[in-house]
Amino acid sequence: MTNAKSKRRDFQQLTPVWNVIFNLIAAVFAALCVFPFLFVMVISFTDEATLAKNGYALIPAKWSLAAYQYVFKSGDMLLRSYGVTIFVTVVGTIISLVMISLFAYAISRKSFKYRHFFAFMAFFTMLFNGGLVPGYIVATQLLHLKDTVWALIWPLAVNAFYIMIMRTFYSTMVPDAIIESGRIDGAGEARVFTKLVLPLSMPGLATIALFSTLGYWNDWFNALLYIDDPNLVPLQSMLMRIETSMQFILQNSQNASLGFGIIQSLPQDTSRMAMVVLATGPIILAYPFFQRFFIQGLTIGAVKE
Amino acid sequence: MSAIGRFFKDVSKNRAMLLFVLPGTIWFLLFSYLPMFGTIISFKQYRFDPDGFIASILNSKWVGFDNFKFLFQTNDAWVITRNTVLYNFVFIILGTVCSIAMAVILSEIANKRLAKWYQTGMFLPYFLSWVIVGYFVFSFLSMDRGLLNRILSGLGADPIQWYSEPKYWPYILVLVSLWKGVGYNSVVYLASIMGIDKSLYEAAMIDGANKWQQIRRITIPLLTPLITILTLLAIGRIFYADFGLFYQVPRDSGTLYSVTNVIDTYVYRGLKVNGEIGMSTAAGLYQSFVGFVLVITSNYIVRRFNKDNALF
Repeated sequence: MTNAKSKRRDFQQLTPVWNVIFNLIAAVFAALCVFPFLFVMVISFTDEATLAKNGYALIPAKWSLAAYQYVFKSGDMLLRSYGVTIFVTVVGTIISLVMISLFAYAISRKSFKYRHFFAFMAFFTMLFNGGLVPGYIVATQLLHLKDTVWALIWPLAVNAFYIMIMRTFYSTMVPDAIIESGRIDGAGEARVFTKLVLPLSMPGLATIALFSTLGYWNDWFNALLYIDDPNLVPLQSMLMRIETSMQFILQNSQNASLGFGIIQSLPQDTSRMAMVVLATGPIILAYPFFQRFFIQGLTIGAVKE
Repeated sequence: MSAIGRFFKDVSKNRAMLLFVLPGTIWFLLFSYLPMFGTIISFKQYRFDPDGFIASILNSKWVGFDNFKFLFQTNDAWVITRNTVLYNFVFIILGTVCSIAMAVILSEIANKRLAKWYQTGMFLPYFLSWVIVGYFVFSFLSMDRGLLNRILSGLGADPIQWYSEPKYWPYILVLVSLWKGVGYNSVVYLASIMGIDKSLYEAAMIDGANKWQQIRRITIPLLTPLITILTLLAIGRIFYADFGLFYQVPRDSGTLYSVTNVIDTYVYRGLKVNGEIGMSTAAGLYQSFVGFVLVITSNYIVRRFNKDNALF
């Protein structure tokens, strides 16, 4: 611990020894968090034959781009999955944003007589739910979502937790006086919302949009439940399906030159890892820039009214 | 004016805001409240009726608590409950301790730029789906090619069939869960530490408190309300397992079910794999019901101690 001699005058500092130890702990854990991704990346750039001989190595004996060449050559399936994921993410995020921002705004308005009722309606869903099976039956038999792209969108569209976060954003960022002044100047509610409230609550909207985007991009559960049609398989779900069989790729590949007999010679493991890299790449590249919003959303979510 | 007349006047006065909540309300009715009504099929022998969803539910035969009886007569009910609660219990304890420790460490590091870098690194796993994490784990545990078995054979030991050895999985799952969650959870604590009034530390410093005493006497006590709320939320969710963790990471390996099967995976398999709709719904309702009671109870306990820390 500290002795009198090494006591620093600067009250906010650790002793140098502890500072080094703390740095080490944090650095090692951060490295461990990033390492698996780098490792998978290395595997994807390894020569398949070398891999069969030596297994996964940190520094492979022979590098190769074959996996990526193969993935891009038979890439129509990957492209289609990418298309499904991008469509679902874009459309889903827009729908989410519209529904959540409207709902949250209404329950943040003190002049709205029924706001407690609707706030409770959203909050209660965080405490109790019907469970997987009744939800599945509603989605398949009443809404007929099975094997439609909407099965990947609607179940994630609204989220009570995001509504609570958004409500907090409105009540901290949009002063009542501004709404009042808009109303006095004769603007209707819709106009006040679009012209005055939305511009002020941009950081909140960005936060919710990012949460939503991440949720849609990473979702595989709804595909597991509702999607059997290979044309509607999103990226994450496709990775799940090829986990056990490259056959899935072959069956769905329009590339006629890929015969059934050469399955053995396909770069199997490496291409799978290459697909993992390609599916994760966008997130890894984007998240450091958006981290701020996530942190903001998380900390606001932890605040009670 | 009559009550009905007044009601209509109110509705008309609030019509703009009512329109605003309409889309969300419809969604909640369809995706939350209708399934809640649908839980009555756990008391029925569910039969699909071509007249549609409502007809299917209403025309199925009442069987009372039979589904629950079947469920609790199996050994499964005990196994999935035990696994769900024990894993979550360990996740709550270790997760909270590690996250707070990491938040304190990050807040004390002298070089703030470095701390930011560390935090960015730790935050990464939160952005990855369980499918991807499943691949990561596989690259370590694969029988013939995985990193761990290569290290083992390098040391002259026999390679281990990781995906068919239940005894290792509790440790693996706890490690993976911490790996994915600590960076994300420490963010919330770190933000709260950053919000602590610096003059408190100055005053402690003048009174001769060293850094450890400051952490013990200032940082931790001031974090307590947040710790309480988050732990409370977690206890309320103790009956809900993270489906992705228990399904993707063990690669749905049947030999591991004894230690990886939780309520959520059981319900899913009952629905999609074994077609045991009644038992599956019963397990789901059992989960929701106990979960609900737990949230209410833990919230009540916290309210007794300190009203401000309670959720509602």
